Amino acid sequence: MLKLHQPLLVDKAVKVLFWALTFFTLIILFFILGFLLKKGLPVVSWEFLTQPIRDMGKSGGIFPSIIGTIYLTLLGVVLATPLGVGTAIYLVEYTRESRMTRAIRFGADCLAGIPSIIFGMFGFVFFVITLKMGWSLISGALTIAFMVLPTIIRTAEEALKSVPQGYREVSFSLGSGKWQTVLHAVLPRALPGILTGVVLSIGRCVGETAAVIFTAGSALGLPLSIFDSTRTLSVHFYILAREGISMENAYGTAVVLVLSILLINIFAYTLMNRYISKNS
Amino acid sequence: MKEKLIQKSLFLIATSAISILVLITFFIFKEGSPLFLKKGFFSVVFGSDWSPIEGHFGVWPFIVGSIWVTVGALVLGVPLALACSIFLVEFAPKKLRLWVKPAIELLAGIPSVVYGFIGVVILVPLIRVYFGGTGFSVLASSVVLAIMILPTIIGISMDSLSAVPPSYREGSLALGATPWQTVYRVVLPAARSGVLASVILGMGRAIGETMAVIMVAGNAVRIPGALTDSVRTLTSNIALEMGYAIGDHRMALFATGIILFGFIMVLNISANLLTRKK
Amino acid sequence: MKKKILSMILGCFVLSFVGCGGGSSHQTITIAGSTAFQPFAEKLAEIFMSKREGVRVNVQGGGSIVGLQAIRANAVEIAMADLVTLPDDIVDPNGVFLNAAVAKDGIAVVVHPSNPIQNLSISQVGDIFQGNIKNWKEVGGDDQEISVISREKGSGTGKSFEDLVLKGARLTKDALFQDSNGTIRETVSVIPNSIGYLFMGLLNEKVKAISLDKQAATEKNILKGRYKLVNKVFFIWNKEPDALSKEFVEFVLGEEGQKIIAQEGLLPAKDIKI
Repeated sequence: MLKLHQPLLVDKAVKVLFWALTFFTLIILFFILGFLLKKGLPVVSWEFLTQPIRDMGKSGGIFPSIIGTIYLTLLGVVLATPLGVGTAIYLVEYTRESRMTRAIRFGADCLAGIPSIIFGMFGFVFFVITLKMGWSLISGALTIAFMVLPTIIRTAEEALKSVPQGYREVSFSLGSGKWQTVLHAVLPRALPGILTGVVLSIGRCVGETAAVIFTAGSALGLPLSIFDSTRTLSVHFYILAREGISMENAYGTAVVLVLSILLINIFAYTLMNRYISKNS
Repeated sequence: MKEKLIQKSLFLIATSAISILVLITFFIFKEGSPLFLKKGFFSVVFGSDWSPIEGHFGVWPFIVGSIWVTVGALVLGVPLALACSIFLVEFAPKKLRLWVKPAIELLAGIPSVVYGFIGVVILVPLIRVYFGGTGFSVLASSVVLAIMILPTIIGISMDSLSAVPPSYREGSLALGATPWQTVYRVVLPAARSGVLASVILGMGRAIGETMAVIMVAGNAVRIPGALTDSVRTLTSNIALEMGYAIGDHRMALFATGIILFGFIMVLNISANLLTRKK
Repeated sequence: MKKKILSMILGCFVLSFVGCGGGSSHQTITIAGSTAFQPFAEKLAEIFMSKREGVRVNVQGGGSIVGLQAIRANAVEIAMADLVTLPDDIVDPNGVFLNAAVAKDGIAVVVHPSNPIQNLSISQVGDIFQGNIKNWKEVGGDDQEISVISREKGSGTGKSFEDLVLKGARLTKDALFQDSNGTIRETVSVIPNSIGYLFMGLLNEKVKAISLDKQAATEKNILKGRYKLVNKVFFIWNKEPDALSKEFVEFVLGEEGQKIIAQEGLLPAKDIKI
């Protein structure tokens, strides 16, 4: 009851406490980043980035993993983007709110919530074994495409919705058809928003391990076709660290991995911010 | 004519998400559900003996394990995350918020294997020294997961706090309430559903996380009796044994997947209902 | 327009893959299975590829059983398994597969380097892994609880260990599980009161291998038949293999491959018979 009599004091105390907790949270998060950078940055060199993996990762660099990660991610995103954007266009431009659209949205939400290990399990049984694609770029890419589809749908939907109605009206009044309107009036306006979602998905693909290790495998070589297996950076890091093959190279790989994801995400956020300030 | 065709094909594309969901669900159930018929649903779900080679497939220890680490993560993570989001939205200068929010969201991008690895090299030895046991424990998993879900919860709950109209706050302040009273009595209740949804999503992330947990949990097949005991979750059980499973054993891993799926669906649907109400 | 551009990008992308894959003369085989043998297979593949231009040998882990599953599904050319006995359909002489042991290795029982224990009898090890012995004091060590670390159920090394040491008895419920030989080594190296087991070829200074029944875990003792915990690694491949798979299997079973296996710390399959 004492508290109620001194609301201002309580107010002060809460503010200080929350300030401290926020500070604590930030410290944890930045400690992780700083720890990695301190241990890993000295390992990263031009050679480390461009040499093949030697001796299972004990020596040499991580070049094949970098390339494998890029291939896998791009392929996955290229597969997912048309589906995601198409879905969003249908939801925003071609239908009104109905049971169907709600079902589609619900489906996307559920898909977004499925843990990556289930995607990995499914991809392994379906793509690798049943469809006989083996551990390969294509099995991995299809699996992660499924995984990031909801993100792309959601962001594209938001982007399309935020295009002012006026654009559509002007286009219609000029005699354009629906598709032309979407293509020439709506999509260009929504493009940065859509791209943000795509870039965020790229970040997610790069960091994924559980779904990728069971589908794209862990071969050390440079992938030369979509049916080759590859070991992405996160899988390589996982194996190096878990098996204690080389802690040094593990830290180096982690730094490359984390920095590239941070850069990708920063790119996405700048894109989004610019887009928001332009639209408002 | 062309318009019709486009509309048709867009509709087809739009069904892709559901089709994929159905495909995955179908596959997991096709591979896993025969075990429930064979061994009995209750003996699988509530059985506590997991010895796949001998044909005992009780997944109860993993269900309990998943619940333990998830609850642990929420207990540690939610208060921190909420304090953080409330401070940033309500009390902090706007400039600070503009910097800190993206920074926290960027950290959501750190891959889970990295969190797990840092857990192994820093957290596990600390727990071994200060709390006893091997260090590979419920506590270690909970702490790692708590840190991992921070960005998710902070991001979404900050959004829903910011979405509360300023007039609510102005009204409350004008009536003589302090800023904290305003937050506690007016803003939080107004943002309740969004905040809850963020917690549920964080919970989903915690229960679904695999690699980080495998690395710090120790993975013993047993119901943990203490925070310093080793634990195995539903997800780690799948990932650990998938490479070695054959016949009924494999079926049992998919059955584990079905149970995990059930948990996730319940969480998804509740998050969905919460956000829709708004 | 946008769609056209998109499909063009997609087209270029696919072409660039096909271009570098199909166009060149690269021939690829995949070998998958045993995680214990994976590092050795990677080494073998690395050397094999350095000798033969334009071929690729992809090495996957996954686990012994995954390797077998994959070769049944035709998803890989060669499977590697470190099981004590291979499944019936694989060894069936009328079936579609051939198999051969490519390497042998001892399974070393390891403890933390700070642990004073030097020797245990196999039955003591069995009791520890069953949970009948719970404290190092009971076997002459420090007064410390024992943390048992095992491979997960069904793994090749784990299966062999259970067959040879536990002989049908149940592993203790308190055991921690790790999913590869390397992770067992890492885990034992950070838990002072722990005990685990792994391929002898993967031992390093981070853990200490103890003697079993007074026999040190050395190559010599295995060759003389004095160290009892020995495991084989099999390659399994199709009866009618493609030229490259055949060549690789021959390379591994040949003098050079066996020499590499020996250099890397395993025992060649050819020299000894058990």
